[in-house]
Amino acid sequence: MNDTYELRSGDTHIEVHRFFPGAVAGVAIVTLILQASFPVYIPKLDIVDLPLLITVYFGLSRRNPSTGLLLGMVIGLAQDALSGPTVPLGFYGIAKTVIGYLASSIGARLDTEHPAARFSLTAGFFVLHQAILNLILRLLMAQPEPWFNVHLAIAAGVNAVLGTFLYIALDRLRRSS
Amino acid sequence: MVAIPSRHKSLTLLAGVLLAQLLLLAVQIKRDSHGRLIRVWAITAVSPFERAGAFSFDKVRGVWRHYFALQTTSRENEALRIENDSLKVAIAQLQSKAAEADRLAELLSFRSSHKDVPMLGARVIGASAGTASRTVEIDRGERDGIRRDMAVITPDGAVGKVIEVSRDNAQVLLLTDKDGGAGAMLIESRIQSPVVGTGEPLLSMKYVANDDKVNVGERVVTSGMDKIFPRDIPVGAVLEIKPGTPFKTILLRPAAKLDRLEDVLVLLSRQALEFPRDLNAQSSEPNANSTAPATEVSVPKSPAPEKP
Repeated sequence: MNDTYELRSGDTHIEVHRFFPGAVAGVAIVTLILQASFPVYIPKLDIVDLPLLITVYFGLSRRNPSTGLLLGMVIGLAQDALSGPTVPLGFYGIAKTVIGYLASSIGARLDTEHPAARFSLTAGFFVLHQAILNLILRLLMAQPEPWFNVHLAIAAGVNAVLGTFLYIALDRLRRSS
Repeated sequence: MVAIPSRHKSLTLLAGVLLAQLLLLAVQIKRDSHGRLIRVWAITAVSPFERAGAFSFDKVRGVWRHYFALQTTSRENEALRIENDSLKVAIAQLQSKAAEADRLAELLSFRSSHKDVPMLGARVIGASAGTASRTVEIDRGERDGIRRDMAVITPDGAVGKVIEVSRDNAQVLLLTDKDGGAGAMLIESRIQSPVVGTGEPLLSMKYVANDDKVNVGERVVTSGMDKIFPRDIPVGAVLEIKPGTPFKTILLRPAAKLDRLEDVLVLLSRQALEFPRDLNAQSSEPNANSTAPATEVSVPKSPAPEKP
């Protein structure tokens, strides 16, 4: 898990990145702590979903669907646990499991290193993540929320911009080949 | 164990992880009225099978009950048929009793409104065997103080007079008999004339001159001139008037229901009675059917009056 290698899919050669030991766990823990902390001091930043950005980044980088969905599940369940008694365990867990799986699957087929691709994918995953959460709210918790509004569009843009820069910073945690 | 292809392993893992988290959610989420979501899902999943089982069980039980377990049905049917017949008889008896009660109540009411007039309730127990005479037999006789030529009435009006008395029974000649009759008068014109029987259900008023004005529907009461009936007992109402020479031919409809007598009152004196005027009007209407057996009215006995 410490080397970079190439994933061959037909004529396409896609790099699968490795990270320093403990980097994934450490980043996930720090992100969760930040996510639980900064809305207290800066309420307007509650639109930022750092655990989602981390899930997307590691999914796209590791390019292994099983690892991606498990990482998404762990991060999501941890976010549920830190979100208080009103959020049932599995709420974010399901959404981030799906996102982790899709990000890993897409990462295994496309080159997602370009910032524009990362921006687009992050925005798309954010919208999909919110759609899954909304679906759970509607079907299981009987709490209908609007499917789309301006706030969601702004949040998707903000998260995509933040993610694009965050991913560049996280790229430094990759082990060189 | 079935081997899962490697390309589907991640998909299988995804499905398993999602299912586990869905169940985790279902255990936690509580619907207000239905309890926890996992319970709702469990009931939703199981209830179709329970419903199908109950439906099948009902069908099997219905087939058994309606096609195989019919040994006692025939006997039950027969018993129910007998019970139904006996109930019909009981209903008829009760209806008869009710009609009888109404009739007796009417008699008692009449009797209680004329407490000062001695009269005796009697039950009609027989009628003339032939069509030539119109008589009835009552269950009161000499022992009860009944004497010949006593007037017999009902609350509707005059019935006839006693013509034969034995120890326990008496025979009453109805007004409609050819030999029956009573002294009468038209209530409006006060014209007095005897009313006689025709041998038919109607009465005839004799000796009313052609010049005298008589209206159809005018009521006729007893005049008291025959020394049998007291005055003002309803006799009937004018039904038909035909001019004749030298007297009119006047037919009356009897006030009392002479063709269906069951209970009567025998007047033990010729003391005058008062009949309500509207009762006379009612007496000209068609009478209701009544087939109930008559019973004795508890009218106090009085000593028989002297024969006029």
